[in-house]
Amino acid sequence: MRFRRPGAAPAASDVADPARGVELRGVGHRYGDRVVLDGVDLTLTEARVGVIGANGSGKSTFARLLNGLVVPTEGQVLVDGLDTRTQGRAVRRRVGFVFQDPDAQIVHPTVAEDVAYGLENQGVPPEERAARVAEVLERYGLAGHADHPAHLLSGGQKQLLAIAGVLVMRPARIVFDEPTTLLDLVNARRVAELVDGLAQHVVVVTHQLDLLDGFDRVLVVDGGRVVEDAPPGPAVAAYRALMAGR
Amino acid sequence: MTLALYVPRASVVHRLPAGVKLLGLAVLAVVLFVLPTLPAVGAALLATVAVGLGVARLPVAVLARQARAVVWWLLALLVVHALTTDLLTGAHVALRLLTLVLAAAVVTATTRVSAMVAVVERVCAPLRLVGVRPQRVGLVITLALRFIPVLVERADRIRAAQAARGGSPRGIRALRTTVAPLLVQVLQMAHDVSEALDARGADDVPPARRRRTPTPEVP
Repeated sequence: MRFRRPGAAPAASDVADPARGVELRGVGHRYGDRVVLDGVDLTLTEARVGVIGANGSGKSTFARLLNGLVVPTEGQVLVDGLDTRTQGRAVRRRVGFVFQDPDAQIVHPTVAEDVAYGLENQGVPPEERAARVAEVLERYGLAGHADHPAHLLSGGQKQLLAIAGVLVMRPARIVFDEPTTLLDLVNARRVAELVDGLAQHVVVVTHQLDLLDGFDRVLVVDGGRVVEDAPPGPAVAAYRALMAGR
Repeated sequence: MTLALYVPRASVVHRLPAGVKLLGLAVLAVVLFVLPTLPAVGAALLATVAVGLGVARLPVAVLARQARAVVWWLLALLVVHALTTDLLTGAHVALRLLTLVLAAAVVTATTRVSAMVAVVERVCAPLRLVGVRPQRVGLVITLALRFIPVLVERADRIRAAQAARGGSPRGIRALRTTVAPLLVQVLQMAHDVSEALDARGADDVPPARRRRTPTPEVP
């Protein structure tokens, strides 16, 4: 049995415990002298969490902390009990990440091969891989494009492909970093509906405030700090007030 | 611009293992240089076209596109040989090159990139002894095939942006004004891609992992 002092940093575990959610304890991050995040202390257990804030406020760094793409320069991030600093691979297997620009996320020349990429890395057997790829391509309307060159897809299709490439790996959580920024209204709505229908816990960093309708919790980040932590209504109102003052 | 030439078909050529096709291509290249006569090279060309169009059932446009891409080189070879040796030798050399280009097109149009990369990784396996990770070599090839068209697109965008602001530089100046912003974008993209590779488990592959097997045809 292990005992933990009250107030001490939570211990990392070797086995993922989904009930613990994402824990950020005294998290700060700096690039050289520039402080990007400072004193972030929170636990995310909700299924739908939104993150909003001005450009350069630290949102994207915050998002990258959640799957260990960025390791905090101060404090500790635990995902389902796994420490992003020491168990980065295990964390990234649990937390999928969808980037703002799908062109940077698609690494294979053709659609089906790109979706299969993450499964290859996980060592999934070829037959199961093909079945899972076919399933997600069908689900996201890309079945007819399996052998198409990825760079010839439309912007919306590329973003769907990027999302399919993450979902095929069946992560427990998914972080979206401004997934609709480069999309037109129709494709942004498709992505919003897709996010809405996911069984996974999601964290969405966005400038599109209506994407947060129905979310459980919204964080407003400003100057590297979480300045508001509330349900969507009050959080968005606080964000608007913050921006109006500039 | 597209470097992904795969054309899905249910043919015997498509089903052949990528390694066999690449080996066949290498053997053909050697044989073409050994064949001494023009009719023999002509027959090899006809056989290549027959395999591509008849057996692999590729669209004529796929082979025509590849032939068009080298037509000026072939003509140049013909002219140079006509001036320096004789026309027959020129035709021999040009047909030999055309046969190889079309054979390579048949291989790439009937083989998925992942299958070819798997072969490259297998061939590079002995390099493990000197610390090279074959998977990384395969990844480099994959990324090159994926991002060359993207970079061409970005360069076009930069030129369009310059033209929209009245700039239409030529020569060295055009190179400088395009290359510098493109380089900045490439570096930014390289950073983004490295993050994406991490996020998609690129570092999950242990160094001494089993052989990579390409994903079968998606049903």
